[in-house]
Amino acid sequence: MPEVLKAPLAVEFPFTRSVGPVQSAFLTGLRERVVLGVRTRDGRTLVPPVEYDPVTAEEIHDLVEVAPTGTVTTWAWNHEPRRGQPLDTPFAWVLVRLDGADTALLHALDAPGPDAVRTGMRVRVRWAEERTGAITDIGCFEPYEGEPAQPTGHTGEFADAITGIVAPARLDYTYSPGRAQSAFIHALSGRRTVGERCPSCRKVYVPPRGACPTCGVATAEQVEVGPRGTVTTYCIVNIKAKNLDIEVPYVYAHIALDGADLALHGRIGGIPYDQVRMGLRVEPVWTEGGRFPDHYRPTGEPDAEYDAYKELL
Amino acid sequence: MRDIALVAFAQTAHRRTSEELSEVEMLMPVLHGVLEQTGLKTPDIGFTCSGSSDYLAGRAFSFTLALDGVGAWPPISESHVEMDGAWALYEAWTKLLTGEADTALVYAYGKSSPGSVRDVLTRQLDPYYVAPLWPDSVALAALQAQALIDAGATDEPALAAVAARSRADATANSHAQLRGSVPQGDYLVRPLRTGDCPPIGDGAAAVVLAAGERARDLCERPAWIRGIDHRIEAHGLGVRDLTDSPSARLAAEKAGAFERPVDTAELHAPFTSQEVVLRKALRLGDDVRVNPSGGPLAANPVMAAGLIRIGEAAAGIHRGESDRALAHATSGPCLQQNLVAVLEGDPR
Amino acid sequence: MSKEPVAVVGIGQTKHVAARRDVSIAGLVREAAGRALDDAGLTWADIDAVVIGKAPDFFEGVMMPELYLADALGAVGKPMLRVHTAGSVGGSTALVAANLVAARVHGTVLTLAFEKQSESNAMWGLSLPIPFQQPLLAGAGGFFAPHVRAYMRRTGAPDAVGSLVAYKDRRNALKNPYAHLHEHDITLEKVQASPMLWDPIRYSETCPSSDGACAMVLTDRAGAARAPRPPAWMLGGAMRSEPTLFAGKDFVSPQAGKDCAADVYRQAGIADPRRDIDAVEMYVPFSWYEPMWLENLGFAEEGEGWKLTESGVTELDGDLPVNMSGGVLSTNPIGASGMIRFAEAALQVRGQAGEHQVEGARRVLGHAYGGGSQFFSMWLVGSEPPDS
Repeated sequence: MPEVLKAPLAVEFPFTRSVGPVQSAFLTGLRERVVLGVRTRDGRTLVPPVEYDPVTAEEIHDLVEVAPTGTVTTWAWNHEPRRGQPLDTPFAWVLVRLDGADTALLHALDAPGPDAVRTGMRVRVRWAEERTGAITDIGCFEPYEGEPAQPTGHTGEFADAITGIVAPARLDYTYSPGRAQSAFIHALSGRRTVGERCPSCRKVYVPPRGACPTCGVATAEQVEVGPRGTVTTYCIVNIKAKNLDIEVPYVYAHIALDGADLALHGRIGGIPYDQVRMGLRVEPVWTEGGRFPDHYRPTGEPDAEYDAYKELL
Repeated sequence: MRDIALVAFAQTAHRRTSEELSEVEMLMPVLHGVLEQTGLKTPDIGFTCSGSSDYLAGRAFSFTLALDGVGAWPPISESHVEMDGAWALYEAWTKLLTGEADTALVYAYGKSSPGSVRDVLTRQLDPYYVAPLWPDSVALAALQAQALIDAGATDEPALAAVAARSRADATANSHAQLRGSVPQGDYLVRPLRTGDCPPIGDGAAAVVLAAGERARDLCERPAWIRGIDHRIEAHGLGVRDLTDSPSARLAAEKAGAFERPVDTAELHAPFTSQEVVLRKALRLGDDVRVNPSGGPLAANPVMAAGLIRIGEAAAGIHRGESDRALAHATSGPCLQQNLVAVLEGDPR
Repeated sequence: MSKEPVAVVGIGQTKHVAARRDVSIAGLVREAAGRALDDAGLTWADIDAVVIGKAPDFFEGVMMPELYLADALGAVGKPMLRVHTAGSVGGSTALVAANLVAARVHGTVLTLAFEKQSESNAMWGLSLPIPFQQPLLAGAGGFFAPHVRAYMRRTGAPDAVGSLVAYKDRRNALKNPYAHLHEHDITLEKVQASPMLWDPIRYSETCPSSDGACAMVLTDRAGAARAPRPPAWMLGGAMRSEPTLFAGKDFVSPQAGKDCAADVYRQAGIADPRRDIDAVEMYVPFSWYEPMWLENLGFAEEGEGWKLTESGVTELDGDLPVNMSGGVLSTNPIGASGMIRFAEAALQVRGQAGEHQVEGARRVLGHAYGGGSQFFSMWLVGSEPPDS
């Protein structure tokens, strides 16, 4: 039984998120060190300002400035900060109801330890040195014993208001292909293409999927297929796909290896692209260090009859 | 309205990791399990519905591969929710109510082991105001736990007792991941200790639903769904009262949970503190057996854990250990969305 | 067991574009939902439940967005579901919502599908690299192009058919204010001269990437009676799935598509789709799928679908108009496209399709598919209620 294969998988993208007017005002306000809330029809001030009233679903847009000082309504001590979190050193997560607001904002509190934190304590915003119009313009909160700060009555209008944020996000995974695929990959390292047969319908699946998709039972019997096969259908690719180091145009084909009951996909090489045809007989070409065949080239045999492969399109 | 029952339930032995198996390889034995229990084959099933999340394992469209385990040939009537399987069960229940099908296969699976589930779940949060701070799922639950402590609704010893009871009960559950005596441990995000948090693991579950007389054909003592409902609250944590769960209460009310007492409640409370909230919201007295399976504190395959609560509650009825049970499932930060099902067995 | 008849009393969508840079995700869905409510003469308080659908969460980088969107969609205190069935999701979502009404679980349901894929990149989202797997040797079109070639081989269809479809759909889009692509100077020559991307599919024969949302309000007989405008009535609806890949799969005319259509026709009492159905909104992301789906859905005999296209039958003023809205070829927010087909079918039988209205359309089919020709969802809507 080959050892379990594992490989890292990172899902990462710098998401570009456009914002609505209330969000734009709030986040631009943070850049300018002004904290804005939004007032609902029944007179509550929501901070952070959401676009739609959680109670009535109405769109809300009456902005009102609140103070950068407030009260902790609950907290949790985070002694081991994780990637992306507001501080690198241990801190408290807090919900803070800023003076003038009726709801609380989630953020981090920089305090020496859990004993220095309690519900009801007074805190104030510590602004980030560099601010771009994002929730992280609040670097964190810090303990504050002074009087509640008085808002200046800002209207919520700003020159050069932001229209969006960039929110890069990366998540790391360790991917394991599972039993059937691991066996397939193991055989590939010996330049053998090995599928699995369904015990019920007897079809040979390449690459094996662990389950026969029509019967819903586990496949297990290893069956070597190929090495030769037939091009059942194909297309000529004229646009270079990202991250692929293949010169265009190239032929992307479905290839039914001898003994397999469905076609797998591969590139056709060793023949001018406009001479590739359905029924062409091909064989794999392996390169040093490649996990999969680099491409398939003509074997020189006569083309397969359409009837022989029409079920394998 | 038609009577609809759970007539079969199966789950994997939930483990820390299943790296030697793909998702469909992990799921398939469970599908076979419920089909064997009922003697049904895939073509006999009227509707199939599953729950899973692409984000959990970092794979888009992962559920399309899981379908291979069902054997969808000839083509089947099938749907999928990107939610816990409890909601897939809800969709299947609705389908059976229309009369367009008499039986349904519901399944759910989740591998938390490939990624860091605490961080993956941050992607559920408000993308503008909260997600950029990466507050992990334990941190959010801890904020809720502290609010409960501040309100005098619980304390650390009480939370530890919930954890200990759950894992002690799990010794009778061969599928559970954490069984027996488990140290309460150090703070993970205070006030929550490692013991207050669910284990991270992989698993799958499946259920068969059947309507009316069909249910009696397939199961000696069907677990009838007397009511099922789900409700969602506002997203912002700072807008909600974290010590209560109005959506769980409302769902329970609509599902008829308060009409008569239940003997058992399977609660999808991955954190000890959340059991405290739910007991209150669902008005569960000390005479109710809560999480006899051990609950999510003993096994928490994300995306299947809620379906498993419904399955466990049904299994208790199937075995004759329970007559009227409440099953609960949750989704989102700090119990933002809740589903409640009320199950009953025929009078004995 | 009788089902409650389901009526569509409100329809709303956004003007679909390459990128909406003026709204948040909530703002986008809200726009479509608000228009549907206005069309129905209803408010948020009148909605009993919300069912949303979209394609993979990676497109916007928001996991389970129903959680964040609950407030924006008036769902607080209500049931909310999120469906995901790949490309067919917009259709499946509508069917799940319809089932809630048909089963009498709820009286009035808001259903919505959306995608704001400009927040990432659709190509990235569709081709996340998976370790140990052969890197995709071609883009999305490359996956479908070999099947198009297989169709052309099987049927002997002339090369030009694909460009006829694209030319038709893009001209239809000019009559649809919500469509993404409005190519005012389009000509058949330009379509045919467009570069081959994945031979035999040309650039002009492929769908755009769009941001957009589409919403409908579904309700029961009582709700329909109160509605200010004529409803569209659901006469039949079904979903079918088959495996992505299996030995003997017919990619050109998948069995799941045939079975799904047959079920819808049976429910609606359709004996001869070509004769009984007035128009079709079908999911055609690459132009050759029009003739392929015409056969799959029983509008043409096997091998003959291209003849309907070639002879102009599927033009807006033809005998069986297809994709009057411009279709997926003109607008493609991936998660919403299926619902847009369903909604456009409903617009037709309500007489609300404006410049792209088919005169006298009484029964129109909405169709969606997804995955590797794997998931199908369809509904037939009519201007009259179904026989109870």
